[in-house]
Amino acid sequence: MLKQYSFDKTAVQTFDAQTSLALKTEDLQVFYGTNHAMHDANLAFPKNQITALIGASGSGKSTYLRSLNRMNDTIATVTGKIWYHGVDINEPNVNIYEIRRHIGMVFQRPNPFAKSIRENITYALRANGVKNKTELTERIEKSLRGAALWDEVKDSLDKSALSLSGGQQQRLCIARSIAMAPDVLLLDEPCSALDPISTVKVEETLLELQKQYTIIIVTHNMQQAARISSQCAFFHLGHVMEYTPTGTMFSNPQIPVTQDYISGSFG
Amino acid sequence: MNAKRKDMIATVIIDLIVAIVVGILFFLLAYILIKGLPHVSWSFLTGATDSFDGTGGIGVQLFNSFYLLVLTMLISIPISLGAGIYLAEYAKDNWRTSLIRSAIEVLSSLPSVVVGLFGFLLFVVKFKIGFSVISGAIALTFFNLPLLTRNIEESLSAVPRSQREAGLSLGLSKWKTEVGIILPVALPGIVTGVVLSAGRVFGEAAALIYTAGQSAPVTNFADWNPMDAASPLNPFRPAETLAVHIWKMNTEGLASNAAALSAAASAVLIIAVLLFNLGARVLGSYLYRRVTASK
Amino acid sequence: MEQTNFQLKKQDTQSQEWSKRLHHATRATREDWIGRGISYLCIGVIILVVASMLWFITSKGIATFTQNHVSLWKFLSGTDWSPSQGKIGALPMIVGSFAVTFAAAIVATPFAVGTAIFMTEISPNKGRKFLQPVIELLVGIPSVVYGFIGLAVVVPFMRHLVGGSGFGIISATFVLFVMVLPTITSMTVDSLRAVPRYYKEASLALGATRWQTVSKVILRSATPGILTAVIFGMARAFGEALAVQMVIGNAAVMPKDLISAASTLTSQLTTGIGDTIDGTLPNNALWSLALILLLMSLFFNALVRVIAKRGQLKHER
Repeated sequence: MLKQYSFDKTAVQTFDAQTSLALKTEDLQVFYGTNHAMHDANLAFPKNQITALIGASGSGKSTYLRSLNRMNDTIATVTGKIWYHGVDINEPNVNIYEIRRHIGMVFQRPNPFAKSIRENITYALRANGVKNKTELTERIEKSLRGAALWDEVKDSLDKSALSLSGGQQQRLCIARSIAMAPDVLLLDEPCSALDPISTVKVEETLLELQKQYTIIIVTHNMQQAARISSQCAFFHLGHVMEYTPTGTMFSNPQIPVTQDYISGSFG
Repeated sequence: MNAKRKDMIATVIIDLIVAIVVGILFFLLAYILIKGLPHVSWSFLTGATDSFDGTGGIGVQLFNSFYLLVLTMLISIPISLGAGIYLAEYAKDNWRTSLIRSAIEVLSSLPSVVVGLFGFLLFVVKFKIGFSVISGAIALTFFNLPLLTRNIEESLSAVPRSQREAGLSLGLSKWKTEVGIILPVALPGIVTGVVLSAGRVFGEAAALIYTAGQSAPVTNFADWNPMDAASPLNPFRPAETLAVHIWKMNTEGLASNAAALSAAASAVLIIAVLLFNLGARVLGSYLYRRVTASK
Repeated sequence: MEQTNFQLKKQDTQSQEWSKRLHHATRATREDWIGRGISYLCIGVIILVVASMLWFITSKGIATFTQNHVSLWKFLSGTDWSPSQGKIGALPMIVGSFAVTFAAAIVATPFAVGTAIFMTEISPNKGRKFLQPVIELLVGIPSVVYGFIGLAVVVPFMRHLVGGSGFGIISATFVLFVMVLPTITSMTVDSLRAVPRYYKEASLALGATRWQTVSKVILRSATPGILTAVIFGMARAFGEALAVQMVIGNAAVMPKDLISAASTLTSQLTTGIGDTIDGTLPNNALWSLALILLLMSLFFNALVRVIAKRGQLKHER
């Protein structure tokens, strides 16, 4: 028996003017053809924090995330505003390539390029005009250190990225993203294809990275959300139901649907 | 019982059919190689053809075949790469795209003699270029484009979506993603297709009879300036290829030993096609291993 | 509250700078314009080639009727082909083309289907390791080589067997049979392999013999695929020029029997087009033959589509 919850009763936090925000959406809606996949999402993401998006599969959390750097452009219609540094980046005449350089993304399955580890990092950099050898070398080391992969691969940078383990590949993907020096890092269930040990490594990496980046992570794993995030948003059937500090969400959920989801008596 | 009996009979018949098919192939290969190979010698491969009765070597024709092949590939690979990228990356799923796909299908199903006649009409009759290497190469391009385009599109589309997403999420343009990231992964499939199509182009004759022509003027192999009339590289000279040569020897057969010479030329042609087939396999799997790094 | 936060920010210079940065065209945007241009241009070239090919051949092909005022019916039904005397009955070539095409398809289909069954059901191992490359090799052999073998082996053989010159429809049929065999076989193999495994397993589990399973279950569900394969083979046979031209004898007369010299659309085109002068009736008449070839190739194409659509409907149900 699927329980019906009212979509009118939500608990979504806002932030005061003192909090500096990295990204904010206003009435964001997503349609796949006639399918209304995301309803009026109003979320703001504080700088240098990890925000987790949780919810059952099909709740729209990945759809929402992929809209933030315009990766849904070709497959969906996205309406509403996405504010980034005071600019609405959901406008059609915005340079989407520039947006994606500032708002990086890591996917569910590790997807390194079929190139060497070195080239995985440098390919996009060079395409963006970074040609200086020493700078490239610096960036390789910095990003691989940032993704906690440097010690494992520093002697084999010219090996194919496909020869790495799944967990290493995912950290390489994180390194590849942060090498572009983005502001915001979007992660779409980055650990779902990884074993527990690799998951711990990636989580440690993220906790370290939040000092420099704003991180938004979609996860189906509530323990993971509790472990690493500061803010937590709960999605249900294309609606944002609750958005509260993670501590509040897990100890004192505000509305029935979240309570049921957190306690595991959902649906 | 009855059903079992039928099963046995059917199996025997099918075995027989397969034996016949295999027998035909072996006969074909054996006939050509046994009749032809004894006449294949260095002087046959490099020598000039007697302009009166068509006896003598096939040096010029062999060169022409390769020259035409290279020119054809130089023209058709870039065009089909662009077209393949269009279909794999830019084409939306609408009526315009399906019209384009139908057009490509039509082109690929046209008989090669029709393609050749179109080339003849366009280059020889309308543009008055005459029977020439360049007319032949463009006619072969028409014939080669649809196959190559489809092969490239298929190879590109077979690359997982996640690779495209990876490129785009780093702020790379669609074009850069396709050319720099997807294309290298798709390369083994593309190379295999290109080499196989090279074998097809190499053996094609019907499209060439009225475009590249049926005569192989003796060229001066010491002159490599493409502007000189006698240079083998001159794209405006007529160029009978090996396949056309075989056809011509057999239809106008003035030579008393036409059969032996045709067998020898056919043997050379078949060995070339075999090498293309083999090359496609070896090169494809070599590149595949390199791309996937499973050394 | 935070609305004002953002609106305030929007006005400050920093956010104006960001706005400029995010709206500015970059190297990536330019690349995309260029890339789009290149790929559109390439696909445009192909469309142009197809369109002009259809246009030129059609306009040349109908000149016989529009400029030389030959009646279409006389062209299609006339049996006298002597263009230099103004007589252009194309029926002998039309009959010749259809005769060799159908005959080759009828002979080749059982062989192709039998071989395909062997490769997929009886001995998949040998099929993959040995027959697959054999078939691929046969596809790759140039048509002039088939023509040469036909001329050197098939024609003399027929001469001994049934007398006459040996040139004719039967020799052409034999050569075309060998040429279309690999095409039909490899496509049939694909369609047999596409039959879901559980069909076969269910049938065998019910106690059916292998042949019952193959004939009643596998062949039946692969029928659209096999039909498509046969049509592809027929299209190849219909359009094949040189191999046929070398063994059919090239006499533009109504074929009396299978062993006397005849001709097809393609053989007449190959032998004739070089000897006629552009714009004259004999030349236009040849282009009309080319137009028939073109139309038939479009027809085969359409037929394949219809079968594919029907097959899809069946599966959806």
